[in-house]
Amino acid sequence: MSLDSKASGRKAFIVVVVIGALSVLVDLTYEKHGHMPVENWFGFHAWYGFVSCVALVFAARGLRRILMRDEHYYD
Amino acid sequence: MIEYLPPGSVLLIGAFLVPLLRGRLLQAYTLPLPLLSAWHLFSLPAGHTVDLEVFGYSLQLVRADELTPAFGAVFHLASFLCFLYSLHVKDRIQPFVGMLYAGSAIGAVYAGDLISLFIFWEGTALSSVFLIWARRTERAYGAGLRYLVVQVGSGVLLLAGAILHYVGTGSLVFDHLGLETPGGPLIFLAFGIKAAFPFLHNWVQDAYPEATVTGTIFLASFTTKLAIYALARGFAGTDILVPIGAAMTAFPIFFAVIENDLRRVLAYSLNNQIGFMVVGVGIGTTQAINGAVSYAVAQILYEGLLFMTMSAVLFRTGTALGSELGGLYRSMPWTTGFCMVGAASISAFPFLNGFIAKIFVLTETAEAHHTIAFMIMLFASAGVFHHAGIKVPYFAFFAHDSGRRVKEAPLHMLLAMGTAAALCIGIGVYPDPLFAMLPHAVEIAVFTTSNIVGQLQLLLFSALAFCVLMLAGQYPPELKSTNLDTDWLYRRVAPRFVATVAAGISQTYADFSAGLKRVLSNAGTQLRNMHAPQGALGEPWSAGTSALWAAVLLCAYLLIGYL
Repeated sequence: MSLDSKASGRKAFIVVVVIGALSVLVDLTYEKHGHMPVENWFGFHAWYGFVSCVALVFAARGLRRILMRDEHYYD
Repeated sequence: MIEYLPPGSVLLIGAFLVPLLRGRLLQAYTLPLPLLSAWHLFSLPAGHTVDLEVFGYSLQLVRADELTPAFGAVFHLASFLCFLYSLHVKDRIQPFVGMLYAGSAIGAVYAGDLISLFIFWEGTALSSVFLIWARRTERAYGAGLRYLVVQVGSGVLLLAGAILHYVGTGSLVFDHLGLETPGGPLIFLAFGIKAAFPFLHNWVQDAYPEATVTGTIFLASFTTKLAIYALARGFAGTDILVPIGAAMTAFPIFFAVIENDLRRVLAYSLNNQIGFMVVGVGIGTTQAINGAVSYAVAQILYEGLLFMTMSAVLFRTGTALGSELGGLYRSMPWTTGFCMVGAASISAFPFLNGFIAKIFVLTETAEAHHTIAFMIMLFASAGVFHHAGIKVPYFAFFAHDSGRRVKEAPLHMLLAMGTAAALCIGIGVYPDPLFAMLPHAVEIAVFTTSNIVGQLQLLLFSALAFCVLMLAGQYPPELKSTNLDTDWLYRRVAPRFVATVAAGISQTYADFSAGLKRVLSNAGTQLRNMHAPQGALGEPWSAGTSALWAAVLLCAYLLIGYL
């Protein structure tokens, strides 16, 4: 199976979900010493990372509407 | 004798032999020269200085102290990797200017006064522009010109600041300056241009992707890190650097997500990484400066590595556009692997070099209670993984098979990439040699469970967001396009403004001269008519009329005489 097929994309997704879930569960096993108090919340980095990236992509799509020009715009 | 030569002079002098060599001889010459230069540097005793008296000014051509070793070492390492990567290049102008560029950057790090710094500073500008022009395309020519204007502008500001500083303080010594010192703001601006502060940044994304296959690697290694060194020396603890740096970490990632040219995506990520260093310098504590310096060292390795992989793709396929690529892992498996190491390093995966640097800067930002900057940097950490860590390797090597079947990158490129990748992992696992070169003793515990698990969560859920958006068809596709950035102001708005003003001036001038012509020609016609044979003054008068007028004039004269 090739690595650029749809099926391998779905497999990668499942792997990321499983490892991600494990990384959050690890939070239960130790006392967190975050740099900021907010970092000591359960799974803080997980949801912050997820929300950041979704927000980033939607903001960037909005930006594209304003900033995108033809490939030869300056030529 | 050699202890009087500034570090980097082996490369600066050695460069002038390059035009005489060719073929294997040139290859055999360029590779050992950075090593020879490194040997020269490390043969100098600790705390070494070379003082000069020039026209009554005391200059310090060489000053080695605790801030210099890390930059000196990594600049040598980078120049060696750049020359290794460029072994195939036949065009002799590139190794020639590459040596001058690397030598100037190294010399600048060891310059103890502002005038020596200025000379090396301009040396990096004037040499590196040829790495862009050597692409020999019209786009590269334009980008090079704009790059040169910005870089030389930075040098001019530095010189002006140095002169003001000398007039105000009587000293040219380059040590901590701060914004309050005479000339300080100008020097700060000069450094800020080279460090690509927000709104002063766009020369990076404009010029770097237009340079030659190998030139981009040189460019990505030296200029901006030299600026970080200069900021750390002159402006450590300058508060304004914290918001500036935090803004730098965040805004380029939005552009990176929608950019199609993968080398330009990396130029945006470079900008974002420099932001973390700027924050470290702004906080200015011993550990934050350690963070900025280790960040610079790490970033030269992983950013260089990422640029090397994308340049290898450009070299083999002729394009670095995400919309044209995909599925290259079949043809270039080694390059793919190295790219993924670089991607993991820039994303600061635990046990890679980027992780250590990031923990230093994040920890000190939190310690200094810069909560907003901290949260922005955490957002930017997720964002950099998103665009440089996933997007670049994904669209180049995986995504949809572009059908391109090319050869793997040449051996010397693979060796350069492999060395950089090995160092990214090596320093990440065993950072002690890096720590030994930092300006201050390391007091931060990097590999704590909180740090490792927190960073893993951040990265894994960023990856999850990418997967979800991709599967849901919400991720912006790679499109052939140009995205406007601040360069739009000087590539479109300013020329149009100047053109409009110029057109206005020439129209006004045309109207004025046409009006003047009309007035003059009317006056001429009037005069002609008046003096013509039939005109009022032209026709002959009778003797009586003349006598009458003469009498009137004489009476008037008499009256004026009595008044």
